[in-house]
Amino acid sequence: MTDLATSAPDATAATPARPTPAGSAWLKWLARRLGLAVLTLWLCSVLVFFATAALGDPVRAILGKDYATSPERVAALTAQLRLDEPVITRYFQWLGGLFTGNLGESVANGLPVGSLVGDRIVNSAVLVLVSALVMIPVAFGIALVSANFRGKRTDSVIQIIMITAAGLPEFVVGILLVAVFSTTLLHVLPAVTIAGGGAPPWSKPASMILPVLTLVIAVAPYVARIVRSSLLEVLDSDYVELARLKGVPERVVLRKHALLNAIVPGIQVIALQLAWLAGGVVIVEYLFSYPGIGASLVDSVRNSDFPMVQVLAMTIAGVYVVVNLVADVLSILFTPRARTAIAS
Amino acid sequence: MNVLTPANLRRIGNQRRLVTGLVITVVIALMAIVGPWLAPYGENDIVGKPFTHQGSWLGTDYLGQDVWSRVLDGGGSILLISVLATLLGMVVGIMIGVVAAYIGGWLDEGIMRLNDVALAFPQILLALLVLTAVDQPSWWMIVLLVGISHAPRVARVSRGVALGIVSRDYVTSAEALGESRLRVILAEVLPNMNAPLLAEAGLRLTYSIGMVAGIGFLGFATNPGAADWGQMINENRLALLVQPWGVLAPVIVIGIFTVGTNLMADGIAQLAGRGD
Repeated sequence: MTDLATSAPDATAATPARPTPAGSAWLKWLARRLGLAVLTLWLCSVLVFFATAALGDPVRAILGKDYATSPERVAALTAQLRLDEPVITRYFQWLGGLFTGNLGESVANGLPVGSLVGDRIVNSAVLVLVSALVMIPVAFGIALVSANFRGKRTDSVIQIIMITAAGLPEFVVGILLVAVFSTTLLHVLPAVTIAGGGAPPWSKPASMILPVLTLVIAVAPYVARIVRSSLLEVLDSDYVELARLKGVPERVVLRKHALLNAIVPGIQVIALQLAWLAGGVVIVEYLFSYPGIGASLVDSVRNSDFPMVQVLAMTIAGVYVVVNLVADVLSILFTPRARTAIAS
Repeated sequence: MNVLTPANLRRIGNQRRLVTGLVITVVIALMAIVGPWLAPYGENDIVGKPFTHQGSWLGTDYLGQDVWSRVLDGGGSILLISVLATLLGMVVGIMIGVVAAYIGGWLDEGIMRLNDVALAFPQILLALLVLTAVDQPSWWMIVLLVGISHAPRVARVSRGVALGIVSRDYVTSAEALGESRLRVILAEVLPNMNAPLLAEAGLRLTYSIGMVAGIGFLGFATNPGAADWGQMINENRLALLVQPWGVLAPVIVIGIFTVGTNLMADGIAQLAGRGD
């Protein structure tokens, strides 16, 4: 009996040394999956461009009340944004710019978009990764405890807390945390991220605690829930029953057999939540004034800064597509049965 | 098909999560609907200095308006927009999902690929994209944006549910009888999907409330100056230290509301999962 037990006996036989046809089938699958990812990204670019540039009137949105009073500024902006050209031409110029790194200039301050978003992408990536690193063990831990006490009081209390946390919008969680830890009840943690002089936000680790905690509370319930139900499924299976009958202690059963088998569904839901985090940071960063792409996106939307919004939206969509791709590949690699299914 | 038989009612009554969620949801919804008549002051009445404890028990906000009155006044817009957005998202999503599952083939493949693209956008991002090009959003625009951002997610769920139904014998026999495809969908497929879809609707309502209030919180006001839970948070945010209730009151009400709708959705899902 192996640690990573599978119920299909033929699958274990096929795993150790895959013959060449399986390898090429695997490559074919990967190529198809990559092609789909590229197609998705391209359609995303169409959506981003047309939602921002073609639906409304950019010049009117940028100028606001000045639109009616100063026709010369209207003309200047129209020329700057090249709005006199047909929308299809503008789309392909923009798409070409994305590939060559020529991302255009911010309407708000005339600086190149690339230099404005670079640091912010790093800051957001750090926030998301730290949150994920905290969230994964927490969620698996909660799921283990919950599965261990299945049907008992501890389990149902955890369930209720999880459903409550899952229902709360992230800004509600964030504001309540701020009220409890920094403004109203206690005064122990900073309420906003202040790192002066362009220093990265993690140079003041205390200011990252509340944003990370908010994201963890927003995401952990979903992961814990999926992991718990796959744990329970494994715990009810025949081979776990056999391990128990052999006299393997329950703790070892839980750790070795159940937890390892919950990894694959875990990867899927973690990927989904990571991708969600890429969008969830928008509100959390705005709330904590964290200098990342989310806060930047809100500002750019308010200023109708199209070039910024387009690049930031493409970044978030790109993260989502890549994370999902990686998750699919990983879960295939971790599931012998799926590997053989591709091969045959 | 009557859902409210005594036996079913007893089963619903035994579902504690569902009952708790339902009670919370109804109480908050009633508060949002009846609130404007109970408010001690008008939503724009100045009752004292800004951010002080004048006015009724929750003090005053950034302009000196009464926080408690504005909490009572500010639920209607969120409730209406969220419910309409949920309805829109459910109707569009179910239509896409059921048609994809029932017709199948390349149409199914195509619809679901396009759906994947829509899913690559975090929901709030779709709303923000369009708000970039809009000077001042109107309330129906928020309904459209939130509703449409739900549709691909609902479509995926309802396609999954419908796939399990379209291959059943009663669908095949209805087709054999020569009924039109539209009638098969309306009379045979949809009525058998209602329990999982009801749970999905509850979940979507939870997210709608979060998103509608979130858009207000980000400062995209549909009706500046009017009382609105999301906008109130944004207006009074800077005074969290001095007068926390201007922010905490709407935050807590929104929180209770979403917890209620989420409990309700979870209860329905449990009922549905136990076999109907």
